[in-house]
Amino acid sequence: MSPLRAGIAFLLVVLVAALAYFGAETAAVRPLLADILPYAALVIFLAGFSFKVIRWAWSPVPFRIPTTCGQQKSLPWIKANRLDNPSTKTGAWGRMALEVLCFRSLFRNTRAELREGPRIAYSEDKFLWLAALAFHWSLLFILLRHLRFFLLPVPHWLLGMSALDGFFQVGAPGLYITDGVIFLALLYLLARRFWDAQVRYLSLLADYFALFLLLGLVLTGIQMRYSDRVDLERVKEFALSLTVLSPHISAAVAPLFFVHLTFVCVLLAYIPFSKLMHLGGVFLSPTRNLANNSRIQRHINPWNPPVKVHTYAEWEDEFREKIRAAGLPLEKE
Amino acid sequence: MSDHAPSPQELVQITYQPKGSTDWLEPVATLSKGRYCYSAAAKNLNAMDLPNPREWQPFEEDWKLPPDWQKIILNGMQARLKKFRSFRLFMDICVRCGACADKCHFYLGSGDPKNMPVLRAELMRSVYRRYFTVAGRLFGKWAGARDLTVPVLKEWFYYFYQCTECRRCSVFCPYGIDTAEITMIARELLNLVGVNVNWVMEPVANCYRVGNHLGIQPHSFVNSIEMAVDDIEDLTGIRIEVPINRNGAEVLFVMPSADYYGSPHYYTLLGYLMLFHEIGLDYTISAYAAEGGNFGLFASNEMMKQLNYKIYAEARRLGVKWLLGGECGHMWRVLNQYMDTMNGPADFLEVPVSPVTGTRFENTRSTKMVHICEFTADLIHQGNLKLDPSRNDQWRVTFHDSCNPARGMGLLEEPRAIIRSTCNQFYEMPENTIREQTFCCGSGAGLGTDENIEMRMRGALPRANAVKYVQQRHGVNMLACICAIDKATLPTAMNYWVPGVEVGGVHELLGNALVMQGEKERTTDLRSEPLKEKEKEAPVHA
Ligand code: HEM
Ligand code: SF4
Ligand code: SF4
Repeated sequence: MSPLRAGIAFLLVVLVAALAYFGAETAAVRPLLADILPYAALVIFLAGFSFKVIRWAWSPVPFRIPTTCGQQKSLPWIKANRLDNPSTKTGAWGRMALEVLCFRSLFRNTRAELREGPRIAYSEDKFLWLAALAFHWSLLFILLRHLRFFLLPVPHWLLGMSALDGFFQVGAPGLYITDGVIFLALLYLLARRFWDAQVRYLSLLADYFALFLLLGLVLTGIQMRYSDRVDLERVKEFALSLTVLSPHISAAVAPLFFVHLTFVCVLLAYIPFSKLMHLGGVFLSPTRNLANNSRIQRHINPWNPPVKVHTYAEWEDEFREKIRAAGLPLEKE
Repeated sequence: MSDHAPSPQELVQITYQPKGSTDWLEPVATLSKGRYCYSAAAKNLNAMDLPNPREWQPFEEDWKLPPDWQKIILNGMQARLKKFRSFRLFMDICVRCGACADKCHFYLGSGDPKNMPVLRAELMRSVYRRYFTVAGRLFGKWAGARDLTVPVLKEWFYYFYQCTECRRCSVFCPYGIDTAEITMIARELLNLVGVNVNWVMEPVANCYRVGNHLGIQPHSFVNSIEMAVDDIEDLTGIRIEVPINRNGAEVLFVMPSADYYGSPHYYTLLGYLMLFHEIGLDYTISAYAAEGGNFGLFASNEMMKQLNYKIYAEARRLGVKWLLGGECGHMWRVLNQYMDTMNGPADFLEVPVSPVTGTRFENTRSTKMVHICEFTADLIHQGNLKLDPSRNDQWRVTFHDSCNPARGMGLLEEPRAIIRSTCNQFYEMPENTIREQTFCCGSGAGLGTDENIEMRMRGALPRANAVKYVQQRHGVNMLACICAIDKATLPTAMNYWVPGVEVGGVHELLGNALVMQGEKERTTDLRSEPLKEKEKEAPVHA
């Protein structure tokens, strides 16, 4: 099943690219791609993203259910694990920060194997963590770097960041480390969906689609930067024109840029309908963002339902003779 | 052992390489015997006012579902999506990275890909997509969505009762997606159409009406406590008193009922009672709130609340100041994460203070319920108990962290502190198999029944395998734990996978080591086994 799913996902991404490429060369379509699509994508993204996040945020958290991953706070002489099992709000924030910035939980990853014996062996498996972390951090850097198209003048911190990223001057223009890293990371994430039998078995079309789309995005970006150079001045003009709501793209901008731009738009519009919503969801996960303090402070369930109970009096009525025979005290003789 | 269980050699013919040619969206065709529990008897559903009581069994073709079962389930999903952020969020954000895949003991023991936590959750998620998301409505199976059909429902029953709600998967998930949470919701949904298992519903019904899982009535309850008192007298020469339903005691002690009717639980009971006598604790136990365990946790949040109600109610009636709870895993999940929310506030109680050491248990300020291991560890640390660890020299001990105290609480060091002070020989299992990464016994969450034996043994494989490791290295012969379900089911699993390892409670070890004032010289341990001859050389420390 998986190869079929991957194949269709790949074709979908190629289709997007083809539409964009030929659209850019068709007079009737070109303005649609440049002037309308970005706004449409942004509106869908903002509306969809906020809708989902708000819906999560407004759903109640009836019970305090952190997954505790370390020693609780109990007796003063037992060292509590403040981050993996926080008992305070601050601790829970720390735990979230570790999750979001370092992918703490993914770092625990191991791989199980059944050996002779039988013996189950668990080996460290940090590649998923490494690739995921490399991908996300690169993505963040690349997104921030793109701000230089939208800002005039370009702020100093942005220039500084780009300089740091381009620290290794390989060829001219300078090679950004993040470009290579994100490409390799994505390749790894894709490859394991083919090679790892478990992940292959469970992968859906959407999983391949997200990866192919991102790869397409990264590859067109790299191509524009290092081989088929686009006219950056014109692109910046276009980006600025978007920000002032009077979009205009010069005829000099090559179709390759349209492919890149369309990938971005498809990605943006796709996020609210997909698993990529994890970027908002991770912050709201009740097994991670709550302190394990339910014995210290009462947690309130807004819909705490009334239930039928079996009271002591009913119990005593039912078993009176036996209770008496056993010599236990009775409330009512 | 039942005829459904293959031999260990047959059973380990497992591969973790699912065949790519099959599509998980197709529901499994048959439920394999030995891997599921029998249906709940109608009388138990009636006792709890649950829908669709009838005679049926999972191996029958017709499950006698109500005609509008599909609508009932979908409405139930809708309602729960609104009530639980966890449910909605966990339906939405899984990236299928597979980090959780090989973390589940049932997957490790069966190789069945639908036991990968992510796929277990996808069984529900695929239906969620079909009815509650745009992509699923538009693109159907290409978006990983599928219709809610009878085979899908059967598959839910099969796999959501192959999950022990142990939360190990959630430790490894980058978003903390807790498949146990999804299993809990799935079981609530199945309850709506009368698809439940007897091993959960019978204890629930008994506990509700009589006060404990087996339905042991007050006079038999008193008898078993008296038997314990006699046994302690035989062992130590001391006649202790165990107050029951006593008004005005300082502490109400609640334990899982298995402690007074199960073995090896019983030795743990002896340990508690000896301890309470020795420190002169002003306490009582209750024949009404005679069950700390709560199988409602494995059925629905409402049933959990119904059963848990008795604890605070009894504390109030008896006018105690605070609560102490015995050794039990899922009981502590409920006490730690649900009780106060459901049945609190416990403002009629006082913040627990140890009458012996004066330690104020600030960590239980609101709930006012202390874990026996917290209580005892404090006594030992403050030097209030006289212990002779050599009386446990017959044991080479390892400690099994039970899922719930580990991952729903973080009670890791307290029991270890007790073991270190009461045993000379203590050896830890490998790191990936203890503490927050501990492996389930494979029989929790209401699955510990005979007809389910094959799945239980499969689920116990990772735990047993780690025990085998310390058995071979250090000659371990005692698997200590603090959970009634462990004590009930791990002996079978040990017999099956690692013969020669006994299972016992931490307070059993304490009872062995506890030197009581005025006791006669002990010649046997709590199990009436002769003590090991005292050896000349110094004891080996771990
Ligand atoms: C902060 C906590 C986050 C964690 C722990 C996390 C983790 C992950 C993981 C494990 C994957 C799956 C890789 C795979 O395919 O196997 C993934 C994919 C992805 N994440 Fe995140 N992520 C986080 C935040 C974000 C943010 C803020 C963004 C957006 C800017 C983002 C965008 C993506 C995208 C686009 C993918 C798709 C690549 C793919 O499907 O593999 N993530 N993330
Ligand atoms: S680890 Fe979490 S995100 Fe990854 S597949 Fe499992 S449940 Fe989904
Ligand atoms: S909660 Fe435990 S049994 Fe259930 S899927 Fe997760 S690891 Fe498996």
